Amino acid sequence: MTELLAARHVSVYRDGKTILEDVSLSIGEQDFITIIGPNGAGKSMLLKCMMGFYAPSEGTVFRRDGLKIGYVPQRLVADHTVPIRVRRFLTLRKKASAVDIERVAGETAIQDYLDQSLHVLSGGELQRVLLARALLDDPDLLVLDEPAQNLDVTGQLAFYKLIERIYAERNISILMVSHDLHLVMSSTREVVCLYHHICCSGEPHLVTRDPEFIGLFGQDMARLMAVYNHSHDHDHVHDHGHDHSHGHEHSHHNGGDSSHASHHYGHSHHDPSHVGRDRQKEQQDG
Amino acid sequence: MDDFLIRAVAAGIGVALIAGPLGCFVVWRRMAYFGDSLAHSALLGIALGLLYGININLGTVIVCTVFALLMVWLQQRRVLATDTLLGILAHAALSIGMVAISFLGNVSFDLYSYLFGDILTVRMIDLYWIFGGGAIVIGLLIVNWPALTLMTIHEDLARAEGVNTVWANILLMLLMTIVVAVSIRIVGILLITSMLIIPAATARQLVSSPESMAVCAALFGVIAVMLGISGSVELDTPSGPSIVTAAAILFAVFSFLAAIRRRA
Repeated sequence: MTELLAARHVSVYRDGKTILEDVSLSIGEQDFITIIGPNGAGKSMLLKCMMGFYAPSEGTVFRRDGLKIGYVPQRLVADHTVPIRVRRFLTLRKKASAVDIERVAGETAIQDYLDQSLHVLSGGELQRVLLARALLDDPDLLVLDEPAQNLDVTGQLAFYKLIERIYAERNISILMVSHDLHLVMSSTREVVCLYHHICCSGEPHLVTRDPEFIGLFGQDMARLMAVYNHSHDHDHVHDHGHDHSHGHEHSHHNGGDSSHASHHYGHSHHDPSHVGRDRQKEQQDG
Repeated sequence: MDDFLIRAVAAGIGVALIAGPLGCFVVWRRMAYFGDSLAHSALLGIALGLLYGININLGTVIVCTVFALLMVWLQQRRVLATDTLLGILAHAALSIGMVAISFLGNVSFDLYSYLFGDILTVRMIDLYWIFGGGAIVIGLLIVNWPALTLMTIHEDLARAEGVNTVWANILLMLLMTIVVAVSIRIVGILLITSMLIIPAATARQLVSSPESMAVCAALFGVIAVMLGISGSVELDTPSGPSIVTAAAILFAVFSFLAAIRRRA
């Protein structure tokens, strides 16, 4: 596997606080990695270090020579004082033919807005415009920083579906930071759980069993996520009208699987008692 | 037409042509207060120029550049809000400038002409400054236009795509110092910001692309200069305020027309 972008033992200290501590993360070809974690966990900082916006205090960032990254920021606040149409925004600093523009516009379903001003678009439309701009250079890697944070639930679902489709069709790698646990967990991609250091990583249904994940997000959230994940295990169409009531049974079943998620032990706030409590609860439920 | 009038018109047009496009960024990036503060600090540059016998345009460029870099440095320390910092620096520079001027003693100093401009006293050397400085400003603006516009729309996006946003910010500030330095004789320290923002704001009502806003702003500036100077000569009014009055009338007319068009 060729490595595209990697953080190697990256630490960031700001104003006497440890924002990132010894974080290593590698993105290879056709990887789809989602970084999750609570507010202030350092997710954005990790992304910014990997993008080269900030130099880490310790450690290095590897970037393959000639790697093309498409970056989709959290949101675009389209200021009405700047008069600019979508088409012009897409081509600022880029050499793109009309054909290229039509192609990415079709891919992201923004054909109808190409000649509209940026500031009249809705939040979801703006995110798709940002995505189109990121795709215009045919990137090898798409980096998305909480791309759906300011959308409503329907908008989030549609946006994540679009990302999934682009991933499947373009055969590219994706590195995403996300707050939207329920949507991330319903996919089977790799999840990295970050809280200043990498707590755990792996497929969502394994991560939700991880004691550090439970410690971070709480028992209820872990349980809820496990339910989300399992109700979709056999059905990758994300149907939100779905009845989740049978989820407990599943989580009981797979209780022993947690060892498959890769742990990163040796950090101070790791609390093994969570494991015990988790098991106990499941037994009671069963 | 008299020579002094030709020089006045040429100087005014030169300033309008550079202030318009740069003014778009002042409007977009909300730098109006920064422009005002920069202009206030120019008085210190004038005072130092007169005290040490160097060209006052050069004195202004030096003082304004120091002001701009100091501002960038203080901003990055994030201890105080930008408007507080600007208020401190601008008024300190203005006051120090006035104190320094009082040391000039018996040298005749027409403060009024520096505050409000005196376009009818423009000399050839001023024209060289305006068109030389203007060529630099326009050249750098054209070369960096896409990067600066992208940075204005989304700073992180520009950074992700390889724009050095720290340098781009400094570049914008330096371009503004040049405009301030060459505009003093035309509209004066107190009115420089209006030449940057009023034509750009007028242009905003009519356009739908950043490039056409820049061109329109330059054109509105030129029209304001022509109307202002003819009014000034006809009615014997001060030139700088006459130009700004003309620009303000244009803004009012086009705002009114735009409001009607939107309702229709």
